[in-house]
Amino acid sequence: MDILQYSDAILGGATIGLAATLLLLLNGRVLGISGIAANIISGQSYSRKYSISFVCGLFLAGWTAFRLIPGALADSPVTDLKILALAGLLVGIGTRLGNGCTSGHGVCGLSRFSKRSLFATIAFMASAIATVYLTQHIWELGQL
Amino acid sequence: MKILSYFFIGIVFGVGLILSGMTLPLKVLGFLDIFGNWDPTLAFVMGAAVITTTAGYQLILRRSSPILENSFSLPTVRAIDTKLLLGACMFGMGWGLVGFCPGPVLTAVSSLTAGTITFVCAMFAGFWVVGLAK
Repeated sequence: MDILQYSDAILGGATIGLAATLLLLLNGRVLGISGIAANIISGQSYSRKYSISFVCGLFLAGWTAFRLIPGALADSPVTDLKILALAGLLVGIGTRLGNGCTSGHGVCGLSRFSKRSLFATIAFMASAIATVYLTQHIWELGQL
Repeated sequence: MKILSYFFIGIVFGVGLILSGMTLPLKVLGFLDIFGNWDPTLAFVMGAAVITTTAGYQLILRRSSPILENSFSLPTVRAIDTKLLLGACMFGMGWGLVGFCPGPVLTAVSSLTAGTITFVCAMFAGFWVVGLAK
């Protein structure tokens, strides 16, 4: 195994960790994107303007990369808008019921040694792996 | 100052997602396809992110408060219940169907394609529906 092959992944992961660390250091919060994004409409957790500001930062990073680096962003190989809408709805409802997604439970929760986040992470990883297995290898919808 | 800090951290997080390949749904699906042609790269993203965050959190939580707020606001819910597991499973299904989770899609939607916009609108509809029920 060539570790250099994974250098971008490691650097990217460390940058994600840096962002999570900065949010705790500056604002005292864990970095959970589904919570931040949902707070834009609910405004229940804290002031909406902070969530909007964060998502604008994400958007700007994406937009800049999209302009400067070909291939930095990509669409899903699934192009059927009905399936994309269904997936978005599942992600929206699921992350609110479970109070977190890949960032909140997967990165920050595990880093806080939260048992709740560990169970959530195992559940969503298993569910995502099972979904890919079913769509790709059983039903052979064949996007991969 | 607080608004700027959220904006800046959003940029850093977005850069991390782009560098790591999380904004490429095909790569994400390849990582989830452990029974097929498995691409383990994103395990290194997760590993590096957790190691960095764990180290950072250990140092920061020795402080009595964060820099811009009076106190830390950490999650307090500890229950491992049906709601948590059902929610996580639903999230996993959506993620596995198309390869987008919330952070990467909010970064990728800057390309303004029909697919990413559709996903983001549906995701916010999902947030809204659960908000109504609460």
